[in-house]
This record gives sequence, C-alpha cells and structure tokens, in this order.
Amino acid sequence: MMRFLLLFSRQGKLRLQKWFTPIPEREKKKIIREMTTMVLARQPRSCNFLHWKDLKIIYKRYASLYFCLAIENHENELLALEVIHRYVELLDKYFGNVCELDIIFNFEKAYFILDEFLLGGEIQETSKQIVNRCIESSDMLQERW
Amino acid sequence: MPAVSKGDGMRGLAVFISDIRNCKSKEAEIKRINKELANIRSKFKGDKALDGYSKKKYVCKLLFIFLLGHDIDFGHMEAVNLLSSNKYTEKQIGYLFISVLVNSNSELIRLINNAIKNDLSSRNPTFMCLALHCIANVGSREMAEAFASEIPRILVAGDTMDSVKQSAALCLLRLYKTSPDLVLMGEWTSRVVHLLNDQHMGVVTAAISLITCLSQKNPDEFKTCVSLAVSRLSRIVSSASTDLQDYTYYFVPAPWLSCKLLRLLQCYPPPEDGAVKGRLVECLETILNKAQEPPKSKKVQHSNAKNAILFEAISLIIHYDSEPNLLVRACNQLGQFLQHRETNLRYLALESMCTLASSEFSHEAVKTHIETVINALKTERDVSVRQRAADLLYAMCDRSNAKQIVAEMLSYLETADYSIREEMVLKVAILAEKYAVDYSWYVDTILNLIRIAGDYVSEEVWYRVIQIVINRDDVQGYAAKTVFEALQAPACHENMVKVGGYILGEFGNLIAGDPRSSPLVQFNLLHSKFHLCSVPTRALLLSAYIKFINLFPETKATIQEVLRCDSQIRNSDVELQQRAVEYLKLSSIASTDVLATVLEEMPPFPERESSILAKLKKKKGPGAVSVTELEDSKREGGELNGGGDRGPDTSAMSASNAVSRHSVTSNLSYVFQSTPSPSADLLGIRSSAPAGTAPASAGNLLVDVFSEAGPAAPSAAVNDDGFLRFVCKNNGVLFENQLLQIGIKSEYRQNLGRMYLFYGNKTSVQFASFTTSVSCPGELQSHILSLNVQTKQVEPLVEGGAQIQQVLNIECLTDFSDAPLLNIKFRYGGALQNLTLKLPVTINKFFQPTEMSSHDFFQRWKQLSQPQQEAQKIFKANHSMDTEVLKAKLLGLGTALLDNVDPNPENYVCAGVIQTKGQQVGCLLRLEPNAQAQMYRLTLRCSKDSVSRRLCELLAEQF
Repeated sequence: MMRFLLLFSRQGKLRLQKWFTPIPEREKKKIIREMTTMVLARQPRSCNFLHWKDLKIIYKRYASLYFCLAIENHENELLALEVIHRYVELLDKYFGNVCELDIIFNFEKAYFILDEFLLGGEIQETSKQIVNRCIESSDMLQERW
Repeated sequence: MPAVSKGDGMRGLAVFISDIRNCKSKEAEIKRINKELANIRSKFKGDKALDGYSKKKYVCKLLFIFLLGHDIDFGHMEAVNLLSSNKYTEKQIGYLFISVLVNSNSELIRLINNAIKNDLSSRNPTFMCLALHCIANVGSREMAEAFASEIPRILVAGDTMDSVKQSAALCLLRLYKTSPDLVLMGEWTSRVVHLLNDQHMGVVTAAISLITCLSQKNPDEFKTCVSLAVSRLSRIVSSASTDLQDYTYYFVPAPWLSCKLLRLLQCYPPPEDGAVKGRLVECLETILNKAQEPPKSKKVQHSNAKNAILFEAISLIIHYDSEPNLLVRACNQLGQFLQHRETNLRYLALESMCTLASSEFSHEAVKTHIETVINALKTERDVSVRQRAADLLYAMCDRSNAKQIVAEMLSYLETADYSIREEMVLKVAILAEKYAVDYSWYVDTILNLIRIAGDYVSEEVWYRVIQIVINRDDVQGYAAKTVFEALQAPACHENMVKVGGYILGEFGNLIAGDPRSSPLVQFNLLHSKFHLCSVPTRALLLSAYIKFINLFPETKATIQEVLRCDSQIRNSDVELQQRAVEYLKLSSIASTDVLATVLEEMPPFPERESSILAKLKKKKGPGAVSVTELEDSKREGGELNGGGDRGPDTSAMSASNAVSRHSVTSNLSYVFQSTPSPSADLLGIRSSAPAGTAPASAGNLLVDVFSEAGPAAPSAAVNDDGFLRFVCKNNGVLFENQLLQIGIKSEYRQNLGRMYLFYGNKTSVQFASFTTSVSCPGELQSHILSLNVQTKQVEPLVEGGAQIQQVLNIECLTDFSDAPLLNIKFRYGGALQNLTLKLPVTINKFFQPTEMSSHDFFQRWKQLSQPQQEAQKIFKANHSMDTEVLKAKLLGLGTALLDNVDPNPENYVCAGVIQTKGQQVGCLLRLEPNAQAQMYRLTLRCSKDSVSRRLCELLAEQF
C-alpha cells in the first residue's frame, strides 16, 4: 500500500500532505523535512526512485511542484509513478491547466479529489471520467443547496 | 488570487490565504494567524448562532492553519456539528477536518461515530461514501469497534451502488489492518472473492486490494481466488487496447488491475489445476511478448504502465521459480533494460535481476550480463543506480567470477560515494571470504580494502581477517610478509597498523629469517607508527611488543627500554600505563618457560557465522541478505573457518587479560577508540542495538516557511566554548563536564563531510532517555545539509562508563556563517539534563588547498581587488607567535601554505578553494605578524565577500 503522499514546491514548501497510516504530528514534520531535503537534492535526470528506511520513495516533478509518494517495499515503482501522473491529470481536468496556486487556494478540493482516487493507501478508482464525474456532481450539490 | 474558484468559493478563506502569502516574515505570519484564531474563537463563542456557511468557512480556515504546521486546540466541536448538516458541502468540510485532525477525545469520538452511523444508514450514496472515506482515513480502533461488522454487510449487499462498494472494500481493508481481531470472517468472505468477477472494473480494482490482504493472512479460505484471478487476468491481457474504455491507460488495458492480479497470485504457489496453470503461463508469455512489440505511444506513461505489468509478471515468475523457460526469458528482457536510455528502467532491471540471480535456473543467465553491470557501476551518473549495480554484482558473484567482481568493486571503492562505502567494504570483505580458494588472495584483498578505504573498514572486517589468519596455518607466513610490506608505506591507515601489530606479534617469526625483516626491523617498523596511533591501537602494539620478547629474545633489551621510558610507564592513559608496567615486569621476572606459556600463540577461533555477514544483515535489515546465503557459504566455501567467540581485540590478546578488561570498561579517555562497545564481546553484535529509527533528526531543512519557526528553541543556553578550538583542527574533545564527555572526529572531502561524535558517560550510573538532535538555525537550513544523521546506538540508555558513537553526514550547499546546533537530552538520576552545543562545522572545513607560484598568487590577489571582496583585521596575539605553531594552524585551516611567495619571509600566505555544492570560492590569505608589538594583520580576499568576512572573523580568534 501507499504510506503517504506529499506535494511540495521547489523551495520546499509543503502544499499537500496525505498520510495513509496514523503517524504522530512530530514524526510527520520530521518525515516532511527529510523528504524535501532528499528529493530536492536530487540531480535532474536521476532515476525517480529512492530507498528510504523500509519504504520506497517515488517522486516526480511537475512544473514547480514535486510529488513524492512513499510505497511499501514490494509495491510497483513504475505504477506508483503513474498514480502520481493520474492524480495530476485529475487535478488538471478539474482546475483546467492546474498550477501551484490552484492547490494553495483550493486545498480542500485537492484533498477531495485525492479521496475519490485513493483510499486507505490503495487505488479506489482509476477511471478519470468516473472520478471527475464524482467531483463535478458534488460541486453541483453545493450549488443546488 | 486563484485563477479558478470552482464550486462555492469561500471568499473569506481566499482572502486569508492571500494575506498569509503576502506576509513578509515569519513573525508577520504568526501575527496574522493569531489574529485570525482570535477572530474565529470569538465567532464560535459569540452569542449569535453561526449559520452553516460561516461555520464551514471558519473550520476550513482552522484546517488551513493546521496544515501550515500550527497547533489547533479548538474548533473540533464545530467540525463535528458540520457532520450532521444536511448540506453536502458543509458535511464534506466537517469530514475533512475530522480526517486530518483526529482527536482521541472520547466524547468527540462518540459524536463522530454517531454522525457516521447516520450517514451510513442514510442510503444516500454520496453521504455513505463520505462516511466511509472518513473511517478509512482515521482507521482508529474505536471506529473499528463501531463499524467492523456493518461494513462487510454494505460491501456485499445486492443493492449497494458501485462507488459505495469501492469505498467499503478499502475501508474494510483499513480496519482489517488496524484491528484484524475485530473483522470477523463469515458468510461475506466468499462473496467478496466473487467481486473479482464484477462487471465494474473500479469495483474489482478496489476489492482486489482487500482480497490480497485477506489471502495473505488466510490463504486457505481464499484459495478460490486463484482461478478467478487467472481468468480475469487472461481476459485483460488478451483484450484490445480500446475494449476497456476509460480503464485503458495510455493504450495499456487496466494496468493497475493487472498488476494487482499478478500480485495476488504471488500469495499462492503455482496453480495445481493444469488448465488454470496453462492459461496463466499463456498470460505471462503474452506479457513478455508484448514487451518486444513496438510501443503504441511515445509517451512515457505508456511505457511505464506496460513495463509495470512486465515487472510484476517477472516477480511472479521469480516467485514460482519453476519455469526455467520463463525465467530465462525474464532475464533476457531485463538484460535489454540494463542498457535502456530510461534511468528508471535501468534501475529496476538491476534491482529485479538481484532476485533472479538467486534462482538456480537463471543464475547463469544473469551472469552473462556481468560486463554491462560493471560498466553501470563505473558510469552511471546517479548514485542510487550505482548502488543497485553494486548490489547486483554482489548477488551474481560466485566462485567463477569472484576475482573479477572483487577487483571491480575494489577499484570502484576508490571513488565511491561516502554514503555507500561502508556497505561496499562489507560486501567486498564477505565475497573475498566466501569465495576464497586461495588465502593469499583473501589476505591481499582485505589489506587492499584497508589501504583504499581504511576509514570504512569496521572492526568486524579486520577482526575477521585476523581470525582467519589464526585459524589457517597455511596463510600465516604469507600474511606476515604482506602486512610487513604494507606497513612500509609512509602513510598507512591505523587499521593496517592494528592488523600488522597483531599478525607480526603472532607470526613475525615466520619471516624473521630474512634479514630485510629481521626481528629488530619488524619492531622498529611497528614502533615507527606507534606515536601516530590512537590509544587502543597503542595498547594493541604494546601487547605485540611483549609477544616479540617471547618470539625473539634478542629484541628484549630494546623493547624493555621502550617500555621503560616515561612516555610509556608514566603515560597519562591508565590503560597504556598499566600495560607498560605489567609487560615490563613480566619480561624481567618471568622465566622463558613462563613467558612462553603466557604469551603462547592464540588458539584457533571456534567456528561460527561470519561476523561481517551478520553485520551486513543488520545494516540492511532482516530479509535483505538472502536466507540461502549462509547455506551457500557453507556449501561452496566450506573451506573457511568460522569466526570466534572472542574478537582478537586488545584485551583478548593481552597477557594480563582480566586486568586490561577492567580498565577498558572503566576508562573514558577512550574517546576515539574504534570499538563502541566497551565489552570484549566480539564485534559488539549482541550488545549494540539493532539499527532502527535514528533518534536524532536531520537538520531542520527547507522547513516550510509557513509551518515552523526554525528549530525548537533550545532551553539550555548554547555552549560554544569548544567551537573556536576546532576551527583549525578536526579531532578532539568538544565538551566535558562531570557527567559527560563529547569527543569529535571529523573528516571532510570537497563539499562533503562526516563527523563522528562520541558520547562518553563519565559516571557509573546509567543515562536514561538519551537523545540527540542536530538543528540548523535560521537561514543555515538551506546552506548546509546534514544528510542522514544516523546513530549506531539507538538505545536511549547509556550505561555508566560506556561510550556511544554517532555519525553525522554533512553537505555544504553554499557558504554559511552560522554553525549547526547539537542538542543533547538525557536523564541522570532522575534529573533531566539538557545541553546545546555549537557543532564546529565552519566554512573553512571545505577548503581544498591550492598550490601556486608567487606570480599567480599576486595576479589573483589583484583580480580580487573590489573593496567588499577583502576583509582585514588587526588584532593582538592571544597565543604563541612561534613559527611552527602558526604553520600548523594555517595548515589545519585547510589551505595550502605557500612558501616563497611573500617578499617578506615573516609573512604567511595561503591559498585554497572552498568547495560548496553550488560553487567554488577561491580564497587567498595573508597573515602578517609583528613580533615586537605582539600584533597580527590578517587579510583575506575571496571571490565571495561573505566568505571573506566569515573567515576573517573565525581566524582572528585563532592566533
């Protein structure tokens, strides 16, 4: 399963944190620091995988944002890269040309979309259409009520 | 403001976020947040009842503040109230808040569970999903107690919507993982398996995660899933890329589901039913075939998805380990990837081949790629890829290629990254031992290892070579000769001196016939190293000397003279003094017979597991070294004797065993001893704690400016007494009080450094809750990087008289002037001790000396003529103005001291380049002493003005 997903900027500012297992706040802050340090120090065109403790860290940069996903040791790295990509696509589809600012100002939406896509550290729904329909319909509910 | 604000934008929230973003400083941000918190608090407490929208907005603001890293201690109740709102959007924010800020407040949990229960029974699928998401996100024991029996029912009920089923499956998985005892198997389990046949691909994808986890725990109950999984897989694999509509990802049909199916099959042995097995093999072959087809798209997503399935299929093939044909095909496929232009694929191929190498069917096939892998080790740009290449070389090594692989690994070691050297050293040592047919090769390899990477050769490695030499009499003569030759190098590593001292002390007689290595020559050679060595090595050498007296009576007078001199029998170190006194006495009063008995050759060590293998296992964690490894070494390498119970450490060798042992344990001046554990236990394997989470945190790097106000405020004043003493030296005692002594040993190369910290408990009482942390204050965070602070000793207890060691890796990103802080906390007799020290990491540590001629020097001096590039200080001498002392300090600074450059011979000029990650800063220094006035003038010119200033400040305190 996936353990956590972090989004941070090139300056190391955290934009989204999703923890799939309970972790004490202090520990979270420590992990965030370690991840940003480790990932930002990587040279361009290095491979996207790192070993960290007993986990694998899969990271990828999209424009100014780094997406950093921790998966358990037996999980598939390439597929994890595509989990990240699919999430980016979902954000892009919802916001239309998503940028860092969208995620800062609509952070709650970014979390809602993630919840439709991943749940409890596993894939819930891979279909872009279905996830988007879900989110659109909840936006509709907002307008109606 | 955001470009898009979908749904109902909460204007107040957007304004607040903008305000925070516009804050110029951390203080301004905290001020703004406090203002907002006060506002929200008054709104929540106010008499006027808030409407749902306002409540939602404020809860959302609190959530934002929390996610910035600030503590939130109110608002939970309001969030819980939102849960029971009828408005979807309010409910959604309420659930999000609860999911992120779970509170163990039992009163609240009861209310939350109540709200969830209502939503679950509402039959409104969107509400049900929200509630299920919340359970899965929180996943607490209390929730498991409340809902573990309800969710299976929702999952298998005939009228449940697909989206709810998906959430329910994963929600149940989450609860099963937290509280397996509460999720009872029952009638629903068989129906869950049949979800593999569900029409809706999303349902299958979600359900299979649950099924896989349940199968791992109860394989028999879920056996039926194998044939279902195979048929589902077969349908996907043979489908055209358009059949699955939106579940086709960049022309690859259902990659996530395919991988999950292949993963599920790895919970079971190969299917027994011939038809099922045939179908599965067909699937695997199709997947391997597809890898050879031209890609349907140039996009990386296409190849990633396709290869993800391929790697998962290869994992299954390796798991079955029964189809030689498939194994060899897998190996060939990975062989192609080894030279792929995508770094990721090369990385994964190397990793995957490691497991293939352990299969008897594919071991030979893997070996054919040796040249490619060696080439990867030499040429890959990315250190993590090189690491995988080294792993694979280790895995594919056998008797036939051991010499080649060991040679390649040794030559790689000369330039290997710091981070992987220690592991490489262990691996080379293990391979050399495991596949040694001829022991002279083994001895050569280990001595080379010490020569090339002496600092990374742990005790285990040099203990082991000694154990083997002692147990094998056919190699003793060769070992003595080789080590004698190695010691003749002008600069040889201390570990070499240890091995040399030990081996010559035992077997020096085997080469004493040659006049070039006569007893006295051997002794003089060893003794020439004595003064450069640390205390434990000196202790070992003293023991070697007394052994010499026994082996070679003709050296007795010389050695007694050495022992008798003040620097030995009056040595300030108790251990050394004691040995000198005892050995001197022993040699003068004991008869030859007694001497010969006491100082007899060490008996062979009893056989036991190779200590270095144990160390590697410990380092990598369980399972990292294949279980078969040990059997392997027994089967193939039976020729090697096992290790001993005792290490050939100084005390085991000492004639006065008991005496030296007691003094080792009570002696704290062992700050730099290489053995962290004071007991004589071999390699300290049993006594040192297993590697785990390092208690010390890495520097507070790149902390979100929003989320943290720098490092935690140190409660003790920062102690920087020791700091300035280390500007021109790297080793010594940083701090000492009645309780604790902290020693430092550090080394730097280019922009990297490694610092060893030794904490010695000077009392006879245990220190409890011993923790250390390193932080980088202020902007230092982004200037210096202390990567992976790791402690060898993670147990929070430091026994009385014991010493523990910590390693700190440092990387200099750009020039800096502050120093990192080391905070130490522990309990001594109930009282909390808190200590903060400035770590002596200064910019000059990253100097590389530059030699240059007078002409070049002055030419560069002139180039650096802008006023801000120069820093100058005139100050009074605080220390001796003796030439040799000054020279030593300037050399310790790290620069090259240039002779014949300054026209005035009294002056000193130095040149060096500071290596940071981003740039190199050239520095020139001129120090002009005025002996009469007892003054100095110090001038620095650097290509970066901040460096000039900082160096000038640091150096003005040194002379």
